[in-house]
Amino acid sequence: MTEKTNSTLTASAETTRNRLRAGFISRDLYGVAAIVIVAAAGYVLFPDNLALLTRIIAIALLVLSLDLVTGYCGVATLGQAALFGSGAYAAGILSAHYGINDPLLMTLGGIIAGAVAGLVCGIVMLRAHGLPQLVLSIALVYLFHEFANKASSWTGGSDGLSGIVLDPLFGLYEFDLFGHTAYFFGVILLLIVFALLRIVVRSPFGMLCRGIKEDPVRIRAIGASPHKALIKMYIISGAVAGTGGALSAISTQVVALDALSFTQSAEALVMLVLGGTGSLFGALVGTLVFMLFEDFVSAANPFHWLTMVGALLIVVVLFAPKGIFGTVQDLLSARRNRTGETRP
Amino acid sequence: MQTVFSIAVDALAYGMVLFVISIGLSVTMGLMRVVNLAHGGFAMIGGYIASYVARDLALGYGLALIAAVVFTILIAIPIERLLYRRIYGQPELTQVLMTIGITFCIIGIANFVMGPTLKTIPLAPALQGSADLGFRTIPVHRLFAIACGLAVALGLWYAIEKTNFGIKLRASVDNAAMAAALGVRTEIVYAVSFAAAVGLAAFGGVVGSEFLPVEPYYALRYMVTFLVVVSVGGAGSIPGALAACLLLGAIDTTGRYLMPEFGEFFFYLAVIAIICVFPRGLAGRAK
Repeated sequence: MTEKTNSTLTASAETTRNRLRAGFISRDLYGVAAIVIVAAAGYVLFPDNLALLTRIIAIALLVLSLDLVTGYCGVATLGQAALFGSGAYAAGILSAHYGINDPLLMTLGGIIAGAVAGLVCGIVMLRAHGLPQLVLSIALVYLFHEFANKASSWTGGSDGLSGIVLDPLFGLYEFDLFGHTAYFFGVILLLIVFALLRIVVRSPFGMLCRGIKEDPVRIRAIGASPHKALIKMYIISGAVAGTGGALSAISTQVVALDALSFTQSAEALVMLVLGGTGSLFGALVGTLVFMLFEDFVSAANPFHWLTMVGALLIVVVLFAPKGIFGTVQDLLSARRNRTGETRP
Repeated sequence: MQTVFSIAVDALAYGMVLFVISIGLSVTMGLMRVVNLAHGGFAMIGGYIASYVARDLALGYGLALIAAVVFTILIAIPIERLLYRRIYGQPELTQVLMTIGITFCIIGIANFVMGPTLKTIPLAPALQGSADLGFRTIPVHRLFAIACGLAVALGLWYAIEKTNFGIKLRASVDNAAMAAALGVRTEIVYAVSFAAAVGLAAFGGVVGSEFLPVEPYYALRYMVTFLVVVSVGGAGSIPGALAACLLLGAIDTTGRYLMPEFGEFFFYLAVIAIICVFPRGLAGRAK
C-alpha cells in the first residue's frame, strides 16, 4: 500500500518535474526565438547601422554578465567594465602583438582574460559588503583603467589599441566593411551564451546563488559556502563579459580605454536595472531599450540627451521599480490571474 | 624640502576641501542610508552660482559664497521632497539608479544653462597672493581652505556632540524607528540634515574650485572621489571622514607631484588596500 503510494508520489513528482522542465524548455525556446526575431528585424530594418546593432550585442553580453553577479547574487558593482575591457584588450593584443588573427581564438582569449579578471575582482570585491563593496568595485575599474593607460606599449594607452587584423571566420566569411559578418558572429555568440546561461541559472548552482542573495546566513547553515559559490559565479560572469569585450574588439577592430571605464560600468548597471535585475530577459530588454534610446536621443538632440537619459532613469525608478521586463511580467501575470478567477 | 613642504600644504588644503564637500554625504548616508551619487552635483551647482554672482554680477566673493549656499539649498529642497523621499529605505540599486539619473539631469541642465566651458570664481583681494611665514610663502587661498575645513569640522563636532539637535540626529542615526518611537520627529531631522549636507557641499564646491574646477561634468568626475572618501572613512562618522580625507588627499597629492604619469593609480590602490583591511571604513562600526 505504502509502496504503491510512494511509487505514485514519485511518479507524480517525476511528471511535475518533467512538466516544469518542459515549461522551462519552452520558455527557453521562446527566448531564443525572440532573440532571433529581434536580430533579424534589426538586420532588415537597419541594414546601414549594423555597427550599432553589433555594439548593442556586445554591451548586452556585458549587461548579462552583470546580471549574473548583481541580479542573481546580489553583489552591487559599478566596476563590471573591468572584466569587459580585459576581454577586449586580450582579444586585441592577441591580434595586434601576436598575429593570432583567427576570430574564434581571439574570442577564446577574451573569455579566458575575462574569467581571470573576474577571479581577481571577485576575490577583492568579496572582502567587503554594501557601500564599501560598491566603492571597491569603482576603485578596481579605475585601477584597471590606469594600468591600461600606463602600459601603453601593450595597449596603445589613450590612443587606443589599433592594428587588429582579422582572418575570415572559419576561413570562409570575410569581415566586410559593412559589418555583416561581425553582426552574424555577434548574434550567434549571444545565442550560445544565452542558452548556456539559462542552464547555469537554473542549475542547483544557480539556485544556490539566488539563495545567497536572499539569506547568506541560512545558506551557510545548510552547509554550503557562499564565498566559493560567489567566486565561481564571478568567474562565469567574467567569461561572459570577456566574450562581449572580444566581440567589441573584433567588430570595431580597435580597443579604446573607454572599454575599461567607470562610465561604461555605470551605464551597464543602469541598463540592467532599467530592464529588470535577476532575469536574463530583463538584461537584454534593458540593453536594447537604453542603447536605442541613447542613440535616438543623442542624434535627435545632442544638447539634451544626457538630461533625457537622466529623466528616463528617474521615471523608471518612480513608476517601474522592477524594471521594464519585471513590470511587464507583473502586468501579464496580474491579468492572467484576473482572467483565471473569472473563469469557473 | 621645498617640495615636501608644498606637497604637505597642498595635500592638507585638498584634504580639507574634500572633507567639507563629502562630510554632508557621509552624514546623509549614515543617517538616511541613501547612496547619494548626486551629491557632487550640488557642489557643482554651488560653484556655478558663486561664479555667476562673483564674476557676472561682480558682487564680491563673500556674497557669492553666501548666495551659493542659500540658493543651492533652495534648489535642493524640492528635489528632496519630490524625489529623495521616495527612495529612503529602498534597495541600494534603486538609489544608485535614481541618483545617477538626477546627476545626469543636473549635468545636462548645467551644460545648457551655463555652457560647457570652465567657470572661474574670482577670489576676494584678501585671498589672493601669498602669505609669508618667515621661512616659506604659502598661497593665502590654501590657508583659507584649511581654515574653512577646520571651522566646518569644529562646527559639526559642536552641533552633533553638544546641541539638542545633535542628540536627536545621533539617535536617528543609531536607530531611526526607536528614535521616532521616543518622539523625535525624524522627518524634520532628515530634512534639516539634508539641507545642511547640501549647503556644505555648495560651500565646499566654492572654496574648492581651485582644486576641483567647476564645469558641467564636475558632478560625474568627482562623484567617485566623494563616495570613496565617505566609504573609506565609514559612513556617518566625522573623525573617520576627516582622517580619510587627509589620508587620501595626501596620497593623491603626493602621487600627482612625484609620479604624475601614473594618474590616480596609487589613489585607487590605496583605497583597495584600506577597504580590504578595514571593510567597514576607518571608523566604521560593526552592525
